[in-house]
Amino acid sequence: MTRAFKLLTFQAAVLAGSAFVMASVASITRAAPPQSAAVSIENFTFKAPALTVKRGTTVTWTNADDIPHTVVAKDGSFKSKVLDTGDRFSFTFAKTGQFGYFCSIHPHMTGVVIVKA
Amino acid sequence: MFDDHPGDDRRGFLKCMAWAGTGALFAFDGGIASSIGLDGAIAAPVRQSAVQPFSFVQLSDSHIGFNKPPNADARATFREAIAKVQALPVRPDFIIHTGDVSQLSRDQEFDDAEQMLKAAGLPVFFIPGEHDMLDPEGGKAFLDRFGKGSRGAGWYSFDHRGVHFVALVNVADLKPGGMGNLGAEQLKWLAADLSGKSSSTPIVVFAHIPLWTVYADWGWGTDDSAQALKLLARFGSVTVLNGHIHQITQKVEGRIAFHTARSTAFPQPTPGTAPGPGPLKVPPEQLHSMLGITDATFIRGHDRIALIDSTLSA
Repeated sequence: MTRAFKLLTFQAAVLAGSAFVMASVASITRAAPPQSAAVSIENFTFKAPALTVKRGTTVTWTNADDIPHTVVAKDGSFKSKVLDTGDRFSFTFAKTGQFGYFCSIHPHMTGVVIVKA
Repeated sequence: MFDDHPGDDRRGFLKCMAWAGTGALFAFDGGIASSIGLDGAIAAPVRQSAVQPFSFVQLSDSHIGFNKPPNADARATFREAIAKVQALPVRPDFIIHTGDVSQLSRDQEFDDAEQMLKAAGLPVFFIPGEHDMLDPEGGKAFLDRFGKGSRGAGWYSFDHRGVHFVALVNVADLKPGGMGNLGAEQLKWLAADLSGKSSSTPIVVFAHIPLWTVYADWGWGTDDSAQALKLLARFGSVTVLNGHIHQITQKVEGRIAFHTARSTAFPQPTPGTAPGPGPLKVPPEQLHSMLGITDATFIRGHDRIALIDSTLSA
């Protein structure tokens, strides 16, 4: 029996259990921080210009413009490659603080990620 | 070669007239603009000048590699623009390309642009746009190919038939929240470059992003351009040719005439008329009327420059 099948069997057992157990599993899932956030780049703007996240969150930027952009931290802590249409860049914020960033091609485009404990 | 002119030669006026419905002819002569007819231009008094008549062409924002609405093939429209240069009644001495040669700074894009330009059979002077700085080394691919003999991020100057041409780079080392940027090193070089020139020497400056603020909200300007313009203020005739905004705009300030050229790839919205400055998605039948080239002529007897913008639909 494969490991995956064993897992499925276990999950099936949980599903077959009481409504109380179901509710508990659901609430545990909800309580866990999502640890991810998204910023769309549209019309030469970062659509969440000020984004607040918990420490450890991975932020993903997606370029929805027909023109390439970049995501570059003002303090140099992260720097994307050139993002063409549809390209993504992710960075995990391990430290708390405020991290200003901009598009190095169109520097009037700015944003900030505020990382809290 | 650089004779001083009588002072009244530099008294300013700008002549502007419609040109066969496809563009406009601008005779720049300093401060005040006045529109005149074609007959008036031909009859304009001939004055003494060290400048021998010649013309050159400005191409801009070819964005080779761009393939989205409103232009599925920016290579094809660039080829059409070059064919238009070849068909000019007076053969220009050279071409200037005011940046955004490529869409993504890829070798293939630069190579295609270079190959297509060879068809014109003319020298080409380049400066980079921000799209030409996207290789991992921040512009090296462009400079290796098009920036031979230039300094810093690609600036240089040269003289041609009594006119001093200055190529400036304002797309390198851009600052968060800012617009275009020349930087201290380039400004120092510019001061030294201009220091030996007589004030009567006509100057043509070209750079990618406009050297005056067209629209700050979209970054359409250059943060430290005032310092460059201060160095240029003593000259009797200064023409500033820019690209970047994919549309014609012009302004005259003192003895400095500013002009931006159309793109050969796609138009952009006029300032503030769209949520952002992305490509203007015009219908296919309209596209060619919004792309074009600029033909610049130094007229015999004048130390001013006449600019004729014409579209690809003509």
